[in-house]
Amino acid sequence: MASINQNTPPPALPDFCNLGVMLRVMLIVNGLGVLAGMAREPSWPGFLQEFLPLSVFIQPALLASLLSLCGLRRLFAGQPYREFVVAVFILEAAIGVGLFFSIGVLLPGEASLALPAVMVFTLVCTGIVLLYLNLRGRALSPAITEARLQALQARIRPHFLFNSLTAVLSLMRADPRRAERVLEDLADLFRVLMADNRQLVPLQTEFVLCRQYLEIEQLRLGDRLRIAWHIDNMPEDALVPPLILQPLLENAVYHGIEPVAEPGEININIYRNRDQVIFVLRNPFRGEAGAHHQGNKMALNNIRERLALHFDVEAEMKSQILSSGYQVTITIPYTTKR
Amino acid sequence: MDTRLKIVVVDDELPARNRLKEILHDLSEHVALSVVAEASDGLKAVTLLNEISADIVLLDIRMPGMDGIEVARHLQNLAAPPAIVFTTAFDAYAVKAFELNAVDYLLKPIRRERLQAALEKAKGRLGVRLNGLEQLQQRARSHLSVAERGKILLVPLTDVLYLRAELKYVTIKTAEREYLLEESLTNIEEEFGEQFLRVHRACLVARSAVRGFERVAEESGDGHWVVLLTGSEEKLPVSRRQQHVVREFKGG
Repeated sequence: MASINQNTPPPALPDFCNLGVMLRVMLIVNGLGVLAGMAREPSWPGFLQEFLPLSVFIQPALLASLLSLCGLRRLFAGQPYREFVVAVFILEAAIGVGLFFSIGVLLPGEASLALPAVMVFTLVCTGIVLLYLNLRGRALSPAITEARLQALQARIRPHFLFNSLTAVLSLMRADPRRAERVLEDLADLFRVLMADNRQLVPLQTEFVLCRQYLEIEQLRLGDRLRIAWHIDNMPEDALVPPLILQPLLENAVYHGIEPVAEPGEININIYRNRDQVIFVLRNPFRGEAGAHHQGNKMALNNIRERLALHFDVEAEMKSQILSSGYQVTITIPYTTKR
Repeated sequence: MDTRLKIVVVDDELPARNRLKEILHDLSEHVALSVVAEASDGLKAVTLLNEISADIVLLDIRMPGMDGIEVARHLQNLAAPPAIVFTTAFDAYAVKAFELNAVDYLLKPIRRERLQAALEKAKGRLGVRLNGLEQLQQRARSHLSVAERGKILLVPLTDVLYLRAELKYVTIKTAEREYLLEESLTNIEEEFGEQFLRVHRACLVARSAVRGFERVAEESGDGHWVVLLTGSEEKLPVSRRQQHVVREFKGG
């Protein structure tokens, strides 16, 4: 059998608008600046004399580069990787020359740098940053990311499946139409659970799935399960990783509702705050009665890792125990399909 | 006299109970049986079975509050305990333990044929007390139970002030009264761990009931510690070997 994937496709172009990418570039370039300063003057006062003027050049250069690269993202989109690299080098050379002369004019006293040195530094930095982003892009390449995401595939508790099937069976004779609906909901749920969940989906899709899931749980648990959705300000078009909410709801039911016979409420609040989408999920905290912390931790870590793969440092998830219950908050950047 | 098998169904999920009753109804054409009662949680099940007699209990394992295994343990205190068939949706741990202990169980969704076989088997075991249930227990019980005139007396663990070993029995002391328990103090200490403080070779005190410690002088001049309890005037001696608990308790 012919093996596929002999040639790894070039990595996707880096997204310079991503905060994580920006932070990494800034760290690398400043680190290189420190190294360059140390190479020329290893002693402390001498190093400062070398580094400070260089830093006066580095910081605006970084700012200008990142802003223009982020701004030009559309232009680069879809271009071959080789041309992208050439374009970035030309851009950086232009920024380097431009800044060198601007600094010379604006801060005449600081003109202790030589143009050739500045240009060599700029181009070496550009090369190293591009190489780093290329390697990182490969490490997160679809094939590898897919394998990691596959391993992270959200898993539903078998206990839920078998109890749901029992619930469907209980409806077969008395209410066949409702039994049909539940089976359809179950089918939808498992379709998503078994799908390739690498692509982001509209929030509305995840919301519908959660509703179907909760309807099944409602059938099993009856009055014990109360649900309060606060979704008036939910951005339906926001892109989210599939199964970002459902496993959290499953946890909420398993740890917050099932351990006690009294009714409990799960509170879900989804809203947009400027360029962020925020999910707040709260359920009663049952302390020791809800003991199966291992499973809960696994689901949370799973979602945290998937958020990191999709949004790097721009997404955040935290869980806390409040007087009102157990609360999980997720913040992700607001993006839409265009 | 009604010779039909009297069956009780216990499950916290209504659809699961309904489904079980449905297939039991189907089976009643082949097996003489009648569903005499149902319960939606463990505590209700024990209370119910104190009142009515049953031959077989179909008992869900995972229930809020008191789980199925604990219910089964308490039921063994009845003069004529019913045969027990556990039901579970998915519990790898329990299923393995059941196999080892030859306890009967059914996996949900339950098939009619499997249920029928389980009922036939249980018929041969009527009136036989089930042993080794404590090995199936996955978490500490919510209640202790004692047999009194053929009935089950449940003592909520939160009511227990202390437990004292006496010859063959363990005495449970609550604010109201005392009970005699046929279990060993060591097993109880293992099961409930942190909830009790061993102040003496023969005495476990509920941590929540400890009000403080007091030093009592002896005639010889040496003193010893006693435990002061909330809800009781009694003072329990702390043995010399266990004196470290006084320090540990005060420290944290």
